[in-house]
Parts: sequence; C-alpha cells; structure tokens
Amino acid sequence: MDRDKAVEVRGVSKSFGSYQALKSVSFDIGANEFFTMLGPSGCGKTTLLRMLAGFESPDSGAVLLNRREVTSIPPHKRRVNTVFQSYALFPHMTLEQNVAYGLENLGWERAKIRARTGEMLERVHMSAFASRKPAQLSGGQRQRVALARALAPEPEILLLDEPLSALDLKLRQAMRDELRNLQRDTGITFVFVTHDQEEALDMSDRIAVLGAGEVQQIGTPTQIYEEPVNRFVADFVGETNFLDVEVLEAQADRAVIRSALGTFEAPATKLMQKGPATLSLRPEKINLGDQAAGVITLDAKVISQNYMGGFTHYTLEAGGVTLRASRRNASRQGDLVPSGEAITIGFLPASARVLAS
Amino acid sequence: MSRQHDVKRYPGFGWLTIVFFAWLYLPLLVVVVYSFNANRIAGVWTGFSLDWYAAALKNVPLMNALKTSVTVALIATAVATSVALMAALAIIRGRNVRFRRLSETVVNLPLLLPEIVLAVASLILFSLVGIQNGMLKLILAHSAFCTPFAFLPIRARLQGMNLDFEEASADLYASRWTTFRRVTLPLIFPGVFSGAMLAFLISMDDFITSNMLASGGTTTLPVYIFSLIRSGTSPELNAIGTLMILASLILATIALLVAGRGTRNT
Ligand SMILES: Nc1ncnc2c1ncn2[C@@H]1O[C@H](COP(=O)(O)OP(=O)(O)OP(=O)(O)O)[C@@H](O)[C@H]1O
Ligand SMILES: [Mg+2]
Repeated sequence: MDRDKAVEVRGVSKSFGSYQALKSVSFDIGANEFFTMLGPSGCGKTTLLRMLAGFESPDSGAVLLNRREVTSIPPHKRRVNTVFQSYALFPHMTLEQNVAYGLENLGWERAKIRARTGEMLERVHMSAFASRKPAQLSGGQRQRVALARALAPEPEILLLDEPLSALDLKLRQAMRDELRNLQRDTGITFVFVTHDQEEALDMSDRIAVLGAGEVQQIGTPTQIYEEPVNRFVADFVGETNFLDVEVLEAQADRAVIRSALGTFEAPATKLMQKGPATLSLRPEKINLGDQAAGVITLDAKVISQNYMGGFTHYTLEAGGVTLRASRRNASRQGDLVPSGEAITIGFLPASARVLAS
Repeated sequence: MSRQHDVKRYPGFGWLTIVFFAWLYLPLLVVVVYSFNANRIAGVWTGFSLDWYAAALKNVPLMNALKTSVTVALIATAVATSVALMAALAIIRGRNVRFRRLSETVVNLPLLLPEIVLAVASLILFSLVGIQNGMLKLILAHSAFCTPFAFLPIRARLQGMNLDFEEASADLYASRWTTFRRVTLPLIFPGVFSGAMLAFLISMDDFITSNMLASGGTTTLPVYIFSLIRSGTSPELNAIGTLMILASLILATIALLVAGRGTRNT
C-alpha cells in the first residue's frame, strides 16, 4: 500500500516570527484521492498547500511527493500544479498562451502543445474565448481557465486553494460537480483547500480538519460529520448542540452518560474517562412533533423558529436546557409550530456522540 | 464625487486656472512665437521667417553639442535603467527583509542631495582615479545621477505587482530566468519605460554636472546654450528652444501612451 502514497507530510512545523502557524503536522494523501484540507481562517491551510507547491519551506519536518523527499526542491521542478485563489492568470497573455505556458516550459513540441491547449480549453468550455485576454472574462470563466492551465501539463498532484470562494452560489454548485468529475476522469490526486464545510463534505474522498495549526481529525466525510473526535471538529463541521454530561461508565467506544435529557448509552470517542464530558447532538437528529420517533422522547417548549424554506430551525427548551432542532417541512400546511407551544421531541442515542470536554 | 464638492464650483476657479496656465506657458509661447520672427531684435515683430531654424541647423558647434548630449543620454539611460531594474528586483523581491528600507534609501539618497555637491564629488573622484576621457567622465556621472530617477517608477510598478503571477509561473515549470523574461518584465514594462524616459530627460537636461565636467569636445547641449546666452541672446536660441519643446512633447506623448497601455493590462 505504501506505493500508493502521493503526498506524505511528516512532522511539519512552520513559524512566522513568533507565531506558530503549523505545529508538527503529519498526514498522508493517497494517489487518485480527492483530499480536502478544511479549517477556519488562519489555521494554516494555505501555508501547507504552499509547502506542497514549494513556495514555502518547513522549519522542521519533511514533505514527500510520490515517495520522493522534496523539501528542498524548487516549485518549477515539482510535478505539481496549483489553482490559485486569485487565479493568477497572466494578464498580458491570451487564454491560449496561458494554458500553453506550462507545456512550453516543459519543452513539449509545438504541435502537441497546440493540441493539448485546444483539448483543455474545450474541456472547460472555453474554446470560443481562446484568443481573449483574462481581463475580458467573468470570474467563473477565469476560474475554469485557471483549472485548464493547471491540468494541461498532466501534473501528478493538483493543488486548489479555495478555488470556488469567489463564485456565486449557483456557479459554485455547478463547479463542485465539474471538479469532482474532472478528478475522476483524470485520476490526478486533488488537494483541495476550503473553509466551507459543506463543500468539503460534498466533494472529498477524505477530509483533514485543521485547527490552530494542527490536524484535528482525518477521515471520510461521514466519519468527520458523524464521528467527530473532539469538540472542535463537532463544532466546525455542521451545527450541533453541546450539553454538559457526566460519564457514568465508559467502554471502548461507548459511554453511559447522565444528562439533562436523561441517562442513556451513546457512542463516544476512544479512551473516555468517567466524569464530566460533552454530548454533541445535531439539530437534524432531533425529531419533532409527529416526526418524533426514537428511544428517548421528551416534552419540550418552542421558544422561536426560523423558517428556511425546505426546513425550519427551532429553538426549544427541554429538560432545563436550550436545544436547536430542525424539521423538514414535509407538507405545506401546519408544519410551523408557533412559539410557546408544547411539543414532543425524540432522538436515537446512537445518533448522539460523547466527547471529552 | 458629489456635486457640492466639485472644485469647479468653487468661486474663482476659472480665473485661477487661466492665471496658472498663463504663468506656466506664456514664456514658452513667447519663445515659440519669436522663433518665427524675421527681425533680429526680440519684441519687434517684422514678419514670418524660418531663417533662425536654418541658422540653428547649420550651426556646427550646436549640432556637435546635440550629438554629445544624445550619445551621453542614451548610454546613461541604458546603464541607469539596468542598474535600477536590478536594484528594484533585489530590494522588492529579495528575501532579506532587514536591509530593505536602508537599501532603498541609499539608492534614492542622491535625489535629496544638492546636485552641485554630487558634481564636485564626481570631479574630485575622477581626478583621483585619473580618468582622462571627457566622454567617459560624462557617461559615468550621468549614469550615476540618473539611476534613482529610473529606480522610482520601476520600484512602484514592481511593488504593485501581485506575487501570485511569479509564483504561478514557477508553478508552471518556468525557471527564474524564464519567469523574469516572460512574466515579470512584461508586467513591469510600463514602469521600466517610464524610468528610462525619466533618466533620458534628466540626462539631456543636466547642466551643473555637465558644465563642471565639460572639456573640449564634450560640451553638452545645455552647456552650449548657456555659453550662447553669455555672448548675448540671439533669435537662433528661440528656434533651438522651440525644437527642444517639440522633442519633449513627442517624448511625453509616447510615455503617456505606453503608461496607458500598461494600466489597462493589469
Ligand atoms: N508570509 C507570512 N508572514 C507572516 N505570517 C503569515 C505568513 N503567511 C501566513 N501567515 C500566518 O500564518 C497563519 C496561517 O496562514 P494561512 O494563510 O496558512 O491560513 P489559511 O488557513 O489559509 O487561512 P484563510 O482561510 O484565511 O486563507 C495566519 O495566522 C497568517 O497570519
Ligand atoms: Mg488561505
């Protein structure tokens, strides 16, 4: 299996002045993987990506690309291409010249360059604009050209730094699918950086959640969302209710807890100790009214509601704590529960998660 | 801009503008008009004539001085612009942050010193080192004092240029030299051009240093014109002045066109 590692980051640290941006970060990325680095602003995502590209070098630790130590290899000698957040299309060159630039530097033949450039522009639906300059394009079009330019030289690894953040919502949605398809078709390893958790969950094979210069958790989207290893991950990815609870009995990956919502057994992070802990219960796991089904049911009171179209967010009070719950608006009428009204709520303990405080 | 704050609406704006432009351009206008005067005495208009232009163009010492000036200016511009470009690249793109401000100040310092000091210093240095060739002395001195003028626009342009372009170039397998040639230089070209233009004009315009270093055969245009005035004004001077105004206008127009092209690119 070792042969299949496209990227290995080993104990990489980086400080800017007295500020430690990365604290001994380690992880591997498999070949042909769509790997996402997710984290809040300033957590070191771009810094890590720039290390893979070669623009930044670690203070300590090592970076390996395809089993080869590259820590001291300059960017132009790495078979890695980047889609910059600013796109960085050369303003004095046409789109065609932009896409051909990398191929020329690699010493491709003229005819091959022309064929490949045409093919790539075709692929991102920009052939009609081949002889335009970047200034004459919209944001979404620039984004696609940047993608074509980075993919043209057939890199081993493609790095993408928040490539969708400058696009509007509809375009972003379409580009997610397009990126995902491109990755599947080309089989190139994608390393994608974003602070948008929805984007990460939607597109990735695996996600690394970064926080405060450290890797908080690495896993599939389901693992990250359903089995967060700590409070930071549970909080950053998706919405959740945190409740203070007490662990009465802990096993390998389960714990019996006493909480304001009752005493029950729920999945827990490893090595849970008896004593105070935190319970994470996501809003959509709490069922309301006629949808209320589950092992645990409680009486609750509606405090307020936010109508979101497809579903409604409710703020409730139950067992002396405030909970947020969301309910699908399954039918048009009678879905909204007014404030002050009593309502039954229910949830499955298996859908909650016990975390260390 | 809201209408109330439009300066055009301030009282007296129109008059002030007229006075300002008159003050600036009236002397030039007088020179241009009298360059076409048939009469030898300035201020007495007797008719239209191109005689003074003919006289100026036939004046051998004047043409020699022009040739000296242009030769010195071209070489000094090339040297100063190259040095300024390299300095700007090293100071703005270099990794050693500690000496950045100091280096910049050192490059720019000659702008703040009185030119007479620099001129005397050059003179002393050249005699100490034992440089005899008058032309070489002029070129060396001009290259030196033109460098900070070339540096300013190049630095501004380089500083305003996003680092992403150079990183994207390196990312696309370009060596440092290729990146410079195909990305950095084209993008800062308007700055380099302005710098060269400025250096050329400063060199052409220089009097103090050139006068100090002048010897037989290395008289520059301003030095020659000054010597003409000392032997009494002649309408020929008006013709020379008009030709110089024309040359400056042409250069300024080219500079504006190039700068305009550059801003549309980024
Ligand atoms: N060249 C630099 N000099 C000084 N500090 C830097 C430099 N580059 C990054 N930093 C700091 O390192 C930290 C991590 O930066 P980085 O750009 O990697 O964050 P990020 O996760 O990409 O954030 P964002 O989502 O806002 O892009 C930040 O606190 C930033 O201020
Ligand atoms: Mg970033």
